[in-house]
Amino acid sequence: MNKPFLVTEHLSYTYPNEGGEVHYALHDLSLSIEQGSFVAVLGHNGSGKSTLAKLLNGILVPTAGTVMVNGLDTRPEENIFDIRKTIGMVFQNPDNQLVSSIVEEDVAFGPENLGIEPAEIRRRVDEALKAVGMEDAKDRAPHTLSGGQKQRIAIAGVLAMQPKCIVFDESTAMLDPRGREEIMHTIHRLKNELGLTVILITHYMNEAAVADRVIVLNEGSLVLDGTPREVFSEVETLWKIGLDVPQTAELLHLLNQNDAVLKSGLIKGGVLDEDETLALLEKLLGGAK
Amino acid sequence: MLKDITLGQYFPGKSLLHTLDARVKLVCALVYIVAVFLCFSTLSYAALLLLTLGLILLSKISVKVILKGLKPVVFIATFTAIINLFWVQGTTPLFVLGPITVYPEGVAGAIFMLIRIVSLVIGSTLLLTYTTSPMALTDAMERLLSPLKLIKVPVHEFAMMMTIALRFVPTLVTETDKIICAQKARGADFESGNLIQRAKALIPVLIPLFVSAFRRADELAVAMECRCYRGGEGRTRMKSLHTRPSDFATLLFFLGAAVGLFFLNTLSNALWLY
Ligand SMILES: Nc1ncnc2c1ncn2[C@@H]1O[C@H](COP(=O)(O)OP(=O)(O)OP(=O)(O)O)[C@@H](O)[C@H]1O
Ligand SMILES: [Mg+2]
Repeated sequence: MNKPFLVTEHLSYTYPNEGGEVHYALHDLSLSIEQGSFVAVLGHNGSGKSTLAKLLNGILVPTAGTVMVNGLDTRPEENIFDIRKTIGMVFQNPDNQLVSSIVEEDVAFGPENLGIEPAEIRRRVDEALKAVGMEDAKDRAPHTLSGGQKQRIAIAGVLAMQPKCIVFDESTAMLDPRGREEIMHTIHRLKNELGLTVILITHYMNEAAVADRVIVLNEGSLVLDGTPREVFSEVETLWKIGLDVPQTAELLHLLNQNDAVLKSGLIKGGVLDEDETLALLEKLLGGAK
Repeated sequence: MLKDITLGQYFPGKSLLHTLDARVKLVCALVYIVAVFLCFSTLSYAALLLLTLGLILLSKISVKVILKGLKPVVFIATFTAIINLFWVQGTTPLFVLGPITVYPEGVAGAIFMLIRIVSLVIGSTLLLTYTTSPMALTDAMERLLSPLKLIKVPVHEFAMMMTIALRFVPTLVTETDKIICAQKARGADFESGNLIQRAKALIPVLIPLFVSAFRRADELAVAMECRCYRGGEGRTRMKSLHTRPSDFATLLFFLGAAVGLFFLNTLSNALWLY
């Protein structure tokens, strides 16, 4: 087991509001995320996912509790710079993250802020653009690129800062299926090749199904936390808080309600990928014959 | 319909103009603009035309692109040219057309005005936007104005605002197009009525545009903070600006050209040309 990289303890956050009653956007959240892991965060609209993301790199400061990033507390002002160097963020709308009208100059923006030597910035920018497969677009203007390509530039901009962890806040939400595929593919490759810690906030269950760990938030509180297999076997709980489950998990859940299938003892529960489901269905159908 | 705004567009390349130091180009552009206003005579206008053509050739940017960039000034250029044509009084009329008398001086004035406006636009866009990346340009401005930091002028912030503005012009233009289409689909009428009615029709376009621009600004600010932005302090640049001998030569050339253009006026007068 790796050492914990991100630790939150009894983390709560309320947005400042004029109205009297206190509404927790996040409430008493204690998490520990290891270095190099791939964590998916699920939850319906307003469940506090973006709030959590912004708390992780000090854009928001906890109302109560603490966030520790690589041993640094996010509260003291002097830690913020180092924390943001360690955790990169990619947001939903690629248009609103790009600063410059030239792709490579945009990618250079982060490292420039870090005060790195020009030659080293050049090297990092080329490397980052290559990592997301956009080295041919380095002189283009962002508005001439597709959504998926813009999002890859945004990722390159974060990569060029050489963070240890990247948080993706619904970074595929505005893309078409093809763009989404591009980004997910890039994320997986980066995770495997660079050993990045990835925190993926998403509404797409099949994106979450391939993570190492799934965290489910509801109304600012932690509801489920475990491997995709464990989390997606809680079909009833997920449905109750208004979330979908992957189709394979739903199929299994429905099959499980059938006595004959249950008795056959073939289904142990938990999410399975398409291949496993296919094998299982073949077995079931074979048994029925 | 708003798509053909080429203002603030950069065409990457490797020409001499592209490789010049952006600070030098900025100063040259200023010298060039002053030079344009120093022209009063046939000879100097001819020389100005040559200078502008030379710049186009040096930039290796296609003439088509340059002509497209002139589109926004076509109206104002023809308008001022026509005014000149009819208003300038001379001694011997060229021809009389009803109440209008055209003098040769008027024709010359119109042509000069055209040359002046066209060279002004071509020269400054060539030097400043077509061959200079927006980042290099704002960087150059920041460096040239940096002495003002001593008297607490927020030079870096100003330059950053310019960069972002240039970055978001195309985005907001596309968005405006979309909103206009959406409002048209709901029956909004932008093409008829008097000026006031048309201006009023734009309100339902401007409000959503502003709302969205503020949302974008908010998100961009967060994204920039996430990328460790904290103002100009301690920031380095990937492309640092370097001045080379060719830069000094260009600057001298432009200064020389401005002075030359000015003295061509005197020569022109001496030769009894316009
Ligand atoms: N700037 C803000 N000011 C006040 N309240 C806010 C603000 N941003 C979010 N909230 C509230 O905090 C709660 C959590 O919001 P958050 O944006 O974290 O949700 P989310 O899980 O990211 O939702 P979504 O899936 O829609 O992105 C919501 O109840 C929301 O209304
Ligand atoms: Mg959100």
